[in-house]
Amino acid sequence: MALLEVDNVHSYYGNIHALKGVTVSVEAGEVVTLIGANGAGKSTTLKTISGLIRPREGAVRLEGDDLSSVPAHAIVARGLVQVPEGRGILGRLSVQENLEVGAFTRNDKPGIAEDLEMVYTTFPRLRERRRQAGGTLSGGEQQMLAIGRGLMARPRVLLLDEPSMGLAPILVEEIFAIIQRLNRDQATTILLVEQNAKAALEVAHRGYVLETGSIHLQGPARQLLHDPRVMQAYLGA
Amino acid sequence: MLETLQRRRILPARLHITDLIMGVVGLLLVLLIVYGSIRSLAIGKYSGVQWLSFVVAGLVQGSVYALIALGYTLVYGILRMINFAHGEIFMAGAFTTYFLAESIDGRGWLDAHPFLSLIAMMLFAALVSMLVAVMLERIAYRPLRGAPRLIPLITAIGASFFLQYTFRGLYGSGVERYPRAEAFKGDLMLGSLAIPKVDLVVIVSAVVLMLALYFFVQRTKAGMAMRAVSEDKRVAALMGIDVDGVIVMTFGIGGALAGAAGVLYALIFGQVQFFMGFIPGLKAFTAAVLGGIGNIPGAMLGGLFLGIVESVGPFLFLEGLGVPSPNQLKDAIAFTLLVLVLIFRPTGILGERVTKRA
Ligand SMILES: Nc1ncnc2c1ncn2[C@@H]1O[C@H](COP(=O)(O)OP(=O)(O)OP(=O)(O)O)[C@@H](O)[C@H]1O
Ligand SMILES: [Mg+2]
Repeated sequence: MALLEVDNVHSYYGNIHALKGVTVSVEAGEVVTLIGANGAGKSTTLKTISGLIRPREGAVRLEGDDLSSVPAHAIVARGLVQVPEGRGILGRLSVQENLEVGAFTRNDKPGIAEDLEMVYTTFPRLRERRRQAGGTLSGGEQQMLAIGRGLMARPRVLLLDEPSMGLAPILVEEIFAIIQRLNRDQATTILLVEQNAKAALEVAHRGYVLETGSIHLQGPARQLLHDPRVMQAYLGA
Repeated sequence: MLETLQRRRILPARLHITDLIMGVVGLLLVLLIVYGSIRSLAIGKYSGVQWLSFVVAGLVQGSVYALIALGYTLVYGILRMINFAHGEIFMAGAFTTYFLAESIDGRGWLDAHPFLSLIAMMLFAALVSMLVAVMLERIAYRPLRGAPRLIPLITAIGASFFLQYTFRGLYGSGVERYPRAEAFKGDLMLGSLAIPKVDLVVIVSAVVLMLALYFFVQRTKAGMAMRAVSEDKRVAALMGIDVDGVIVMTFGIGGALAGAAGVLYALIFGQVQFFMGFIPGLKAFTAAVLGGIGNIPGAMLGGLFLGIVESVGPFLFLEGLGVPSPNQLKDAIAFTLLVLVLIFRPTGILGERVTKRA
């Protein structure tokens, strides 16, 4: 049984049928990527997993438990933690408070302090700016804060929605290196949504290609990286 | 000159005729106030100590406004809605506590343990108002979440009448005299300035409550959750915060402060009745707008400022204009102040510019 299972999920926005039977699974310790064009339904898949929208059909399961009646905030407490598209930094809270909000579901003070230290070691820039309001950070710093905040929850699965969006190439590289390190050194399980297909497939173990609400291709990341259909559509080759 | 002002963003780029009229009206009012003040001071009818005592009276009244204003601002900060029934939440606590006060007084405890009695009464009023506020949210406002803004606003006005007449039905329409402990009667002399003891009790209580709220919001985990929800509900939920729970908590805290304020108000004026929430509710709303609605220190500051303007204003602005018995016009002064703020600084004293973030 996979750690996280998205099983034949159909999600709607009013009458718009955004997900038409999406099935994705993530095993503990994996980095799985979900790639696809604008409007394919990547964010919708993550929103459905987080309980922000409810599937009309199908189910999301964590270790076999159906999450369909679990409220969004309680899904976080169970370890499914999303770093949303556009980062969602709380601009009036300080950098440190943003990180503390990330640990909202936890009560183990020493563990939280330890993770805060870990986040500051991973992102030294955040330590320098910990008293600053979150809204005053640059885009790249905000993305680091968003990821750091996600880590503060000690997620069982970290859901990242386009962490490279809007960043300079050098920062994009850094973000992907960090994702890889988080997985390798701390065994963090990650579901990575990306439009930057090449970089995502390079750090992932497995990948799914989403097109207009359905999965079109799936397989080991290395294989997708060399699949002519993927190369043509997403890798600009 | 007009263009320079527009380019420097002192005036809006597109100047409507209504803006112009409002600006002129506002300017005239300001001129009138300045002229009146100069005349009043020139007449020199009041001594320095008297002015000081007006300020103290204003601080007392203002600290009650501030406590009520916090409820408007907390709820606005979270839901971007004005809970116009908040004055009635204030009344509910004050009025219900009248019966407790009577029974405490009847046993002679009020005079024997004035401070303990006061604390008990404030706690009880806070509890009653909190319950009313939480029920209001649950029954009247929650089903309307996501509806156009006008709808909860109209509902709030309806709820306000509903509460007034419910409490009239429960407790009657008479004016009840609130007992005052012997220890709180009389004045305390500070040099030649006489400060009523009850005023000190009110100010100290209000300051303690405001500090407690500030500590709660800034230093506790629940307070941080409140700030997170007020900024972005979706993100707060993604951090594991129970947004509905925080909304209930916010109504509860705002209600509790209003209830405690109700006891202080009854202590100052010595009476309660079912309609008592209306004017203080409007004043506190004014105070919250003055300070910048949604802003917690703003509500505190706005309340104190309004209280002082209301208390000093009649003698300072109106006396010199030859207005007879100016003290009766303090409500007019409060609402004129609201109009001036809405014209010149709609975001309030401490308010931020209301802009949509990308
Ligand atoms: N709030 C909404 N209301 C209505 N339709 C929506 C809403 N959000 C998304 N959609 C629609 O659902 C479909 C999937 O959107 P989604 O945001 O999941 O795409 P995405 O793959 O994340 O795209 P992007 O790469 O641009 O972020 C799109 O057709 C979009 O227009
Ligand atoms: Mg998206």
